[in-house]
Amino acid sequence: MNAVDILLWGALPYVVALVLVGGLIWRYRYDQFGWTTRSSQLYESRLLRIGSPVFHYGLFVVLAGHLAGLFIPKAWTDLVISQETYHLIAFTAGTIAGVATLLGIVLLIYRRRTTGPVFLATTKNDKLMYVVLVAAIVFGMIATLTGSRTTAGMEVNYRETVSVWFRSLFIFQPDVAAMAGSTWQFKVHILVGLALFALVPFSRLVHAFTVPLHYLFRPYIVYRSRDVVVPTASRGRVRGWDPVGTLDRDRKTR
Amino acid sequence: MATRKLTRVMAQVGMVMNLDKCIGCHTCSVTCKQAWTNRAGTEYVWFNNVETRPGQGYPRRYEDQERWRGGWVRTKSGGLRLRSGGRFQKLLSIFASPVQPELADYYEPWTYDYQNLISAPLGDDFPVARPKSLITGEDTKITWSANWDDSLGGSTATAELDPIVEKLRNEANEQIRMEYEKSFMFFLPRICEHCLNPSCMASCPSGAIYKRAEDGIVLVDQDRCRGWRQCITGCPYKKMYFNHRSGKAEKCTFCYPRIEVGLPTVCSETCVGRLRYLGIILYDPDAVTEAACADEKDLYEAQLDLMLDPYDPQVIALAREGGMPDDWIEAAQRSPIYALAKHFRVALPLHPEYRTMPMVWYIPPLSPVVDLLTKQGHDGEAAGNLFGAIDTLRIPVSYLAELFTAGDTQVVTGVLQKLAAMRSYMRGVTLGTGRDPELAAAVGMTPDALEQMYRLLAIAKYAERYVIPTAHREEAHNLEELACSLDYEDGPGMYESGPFGEASGRPVPVAIETYSALKERQRADTAASSEALQHRAGMLNWDANQETER
Ligand code: HEM
Ligand code: SF4
Ligand code: SF4
Repeated sequence: MNAVDILLWGALPYVVALVLVGGLIWRYRYDQFGWTTRSSQLYESRLLRIGSPVFHYGLFVVLAGHLAGLFIPKAWTDLVISQETYHLIAFTAGTIAGVATLLGIVLLIYRRRTTGPVFLATTKNDKLMYVVLVAAIVFGMIATLTGSRTTAGMEVNYRETVSVWFRSLFIFQPDVAAMAGSTWQFKVHILVGLALFALVPFSRLVHAFTVPLHYLFRPYIVYRSRDVVVPTASRGRVRGWDPVGTLDRDRKTR
Repeated sequence: MATRKLTRVMAQVGMVMNLDKCIGCHTCSVTCKQAWTNRAGTEYVWFNNVETRPGQGYPRRYEDQERWRGGWVRTKSGGLRLRSGGRFQKLLSIFASPVQPELADYYEPWTYDYQNLISAPLGDDFPVARPKSLITGEDTKITWSANWDDSLGGSTATAELDPIVEKLRNEANEQIRMEYEKSFMFFLPRICEHCLNPSCMASCPSGAIYKRAEDGIVLVDQDRCRGWRQCITGCPYKKMYFNHRSGKAEKCTFCYPRIEVGLPTVCSETCVGRLRYLGIILYDPDAVTEAACADEKDLYEAQLDLMLDPYDPQVIALAREGGMPDDWIEAAQRSPIYALAKHFRVALPLHPEYRTMPMVWYIPPLSPVVDLLTKQGHDGEAAGNLFGAIDTLRIPVSYLAELFTAGDTQVVTGVLQKLAAMRSYMRGVTLGTGRDPELAAAVGMTPDALEQMYRLLAIAKYAERYVIPTAHREEAHNLEELACSLDYEDGPGMYESGPFGEASGRPVPVAIETYSALKERQRADTAASSEALQHRAGMLNWDANQETER
């Protein structure tokens, strides 16, 4: 355990958590107008209708797997199933979901690059997000496939290292040593994952935080009183009112 | 039906369009676009569009609900269900909308490279202004537009795709011919219907679409919309549009900032045919769902039943109880919408079978019948001919019935006969051959009523066509004049892109003009003196009172 370990596994996660939570609150308060999926289906529908569901559903299975693997201590599952069975299930389900996610996003990125209008509507911000997102998925798969052995050939079970560390974060006593004992594959995957979390509030990924589950419960017809906000004469530039001919994404941000 | 006890009364703004007067000039569409959708991201968006019928409409074939799945359907148990599916189904398929019009179903918006006309070097060839796509900025080929089949242009090739033409052909075996002597046509201007039972709203997972309790205007909260786009599928009239730049849904706002100060909507104000009427109606919000569940053929009547008599003391009492100001009740009594839709029963809803209870009403055109008569060598205006023709010329009537009464030709025939009777009666008056009470009696009206209807349809002045109570924002209005635009000048919203790309910054209240000032200026006798309003002439607020600058 050295200073770098402490910084990466003891401090960084909290910084990222702050950025994530703080960023979401900031964006929610100041930028409701920018909070959208920024759908590109108007431009292209055929590939999106395959790629997007495959990616999202794959991703949800992957996320569920992460939650199970990280939150449920090994000691608990050991009571029910053997480590081998657990690993087999996790490995197969995880790989299938991971491959689906990856195929989905590859298709989405292919579509984005090859469909003119979709590409034109892609910002620098989007590009950065795709790089980090794909890296997280790819390193995740590398970790799953090869991360269970150190370069020296020693068996390392992530549920005895990464998971222990992850849970320790929540009681504010980060078990830096546990994480430091993991393999480089997991370390890289986690660092990229942290970068992704830090990016969420500032990219289109925010859309995931307003999953409209309340749709299941709200009445169909919504009555609302007139807003009290008074329309003001505005001479400055107002968002959403750029003149025709302005490209979807400013060249500066592309 | 009338068993329900009335407990609440609400107001709804509505519009009536008298289709016989529409000359298809598209002024309404153009002025509306200038005012609201002349922006990046909404180039293809027409809150108001004018389509030629028979024709495919905009977007293409939007009435084909088998394909587009808009509106409501009645379930076996008699309840209502969104045609596009239940709540779970919608959430599960949210990652890519299963039914969603693409740009190709609208058209690829374009502009011309006018610059080339002046900057091209001298040469033997005339310089041309090439069409450029407003989506990609590249050269483009224009293949369709919002009114490609205007005035039946190219209709021999495309009108067969009109869903109503198709339906009449397949179900009633009625061929609509596109040869000149056998064809008919009329224009159908369309805006959002500001429905009483809007399926756009019901489809929105975020609950961002709402109906204003005071006037029933349906709006999209731009801050709450997350771009799930279910509303676009949900609206059977396809009057919900996706702004591809902001990633939000947008729709006709009934020009609410103008309506609030008592000004008519831009499309009404600028209508060349002066065929639009604006007013409010009072209705029972608790009866809407039940009315929307009526049998298809009863939907029109059910919709009329929702409109309450503004002179009924109980209605007035309940309206007051709910906080409705007296001038609103008075406006409801003078409402041309109530008069034309319910009192005279000549205005019909567009596609009541979608069950959204639309609130823009249409007086069906008599002109297709007159035209066909004239083309066949008859006097299209003579009462005898006209009455006979309404009965015998099945095609225009069944076509109109598919549009306005879910196929019930009787209702349409009734309305057309009233219009025909009015024409012939007034022809008698003008030619001095006398007032023929039999004509009125033949359509179940009195001569007085017929003349009243004539006045409302033919010569109603501005103040009679637009009866719009204001929003009582006197105080707010003062604030408005005080508010300094500098408040926003340096806000992060000033910039196209904040530090985090397209998506940072604070929203600024949407406004393009100080409407109360505009109203005052428009109605004033003297030139505008307000310093603050100078340099602000635009096509829409130019009032001839203003000094021209150049
Ligand atoms: C949990 C609820 C979520 C919902 C309902 C949802 C829904 C959507 C929708 C509607 C789109 C727009 C597709 C289009 O029309 O262009 C989209 C795009 C996207 N979503 Fe999600 N999403 C969710 C979660 C996530 C998560 C957790 C991630 C990744 C961490 C994610 C990554 C993306 C990406 C990368 C795109 C862009 C796809 C493309 O156009 O290339 N989503 N999502
Ligand atoms: S016509 Fe307007 S109010 Fe009615 S469903 Fe469509 S968008 Fe909604
Ligand atoms: S401005 Fe009036 S006459 Fe002209 S197209 Fe519009 S509705 Fe018809």
